[in-house]
Amino acid sequence: MSHANEHDSSHPSPSRYVAIAGILAVITAIEVWIVYQDYLNDVMIPLLILLSIGKFALVVMYFMHLKFDSKLFSILFVGGLLLTIGVLTALFALFSRVYFA
Amino acid sequence: MEATIAPEHDEHATTTGLDHRKMLMWAFLGSDCMFFGSLIATYLIYRGQSLRGPFPYEVFDIPYTSVSAFVLLMSSLTMVLALGAIQRGDERRLRIWLIATAVLGSVFLGGQVYEFTLFVSEGVTLKTNLFGTTFFVLTGFHGAHVTVGVFMLLTLVGASYAGKVKQHQSINVELVGLYWHFVDIVWIVIFTVVYLVEAPAIEAAKAAVGH
Repeated sequence: MSHANEHDSSHPSPSRYVAIAGILAVITAIEVWIVYQDYLNDVMIPLLILLSIGKFALVVMYFMHLKFDSKLFSILFVGGLLLTIGVLTALFALFSRVYFA
Repeated sequence: MEATIAPEHDEHATTTGLDHRKMLMWAFLGSDCMFFGSLIATYLIYRGQSLRGPFPYEVFDIPYTSVSAFVLLMSSLTMVLALGAIQRGDERRLRIWLIATAVLGSVFLGGQVYEFTLFVSEGVTLKTNLFGTTFFVLTGFHGAHVTVGVFMLLTLVGASYAGKVKQHQSINVELVGLYWHFVDIVWIVIFTVVYLVEAPAIEAAKAAVGH
């Protein structure tokens, strides 16, 4: 059977990759800045989680090319990710005295 | 796309039309998510549960770790530039970017080694307390993954010099790249949930001693 194209021809260009790396660096700098602002302590954790999810998504979608590849690869990876979240939730529920005290 | 077409002859035909090596790598990365997820969960569950110090806020250096996080992020950039180079058939740039990625990865590892030795000198070991155990297991396994990644990169560089990585074989670079980006995204999570969340406690401890 002949191989189907796994993704279309819309590869990001090298300059696009550099731009994405720049965004990642800026987000990292923002994360470090946030943790040193006392007035943001109450919202620090949700902000950091959101920013980390953003960085995670940028690397997975663009550097790992998942956005442009076959959906089957997304299913394989996201499936594992969902199982991970399930495992984390279960472990917290079972063993965490802090989060479920 | 030529990156997924079998080299030389069509012996890698699959029912999905997708390269089975790439499917295997994605499946492996999905499973590795669970591996690191459980280690991260263990660290978080035991966070703040150590009966005696040293505690994270006494040993962590956020600016130092921020630099190593930046280094690893940039290594993902050089990795994807290496893949782009071989997909264009530019073997010279492939080697340049692969070597750059390996160098950045090695810098990260060197930083980890230095940090670990510093922590040990300050009394934090695998056996000291829950923090020491969970921290070193999590970051140790991540460092081991990065080390394997550096070896894979150097192997690719050697293979390229031997003329064994051509444009139609860019899938090999892509597979190593997927692994490398994965260790980067794991560090994105570790940097946030292990290091950054301790910053307020670090600052409070400094203020308490009048820094």
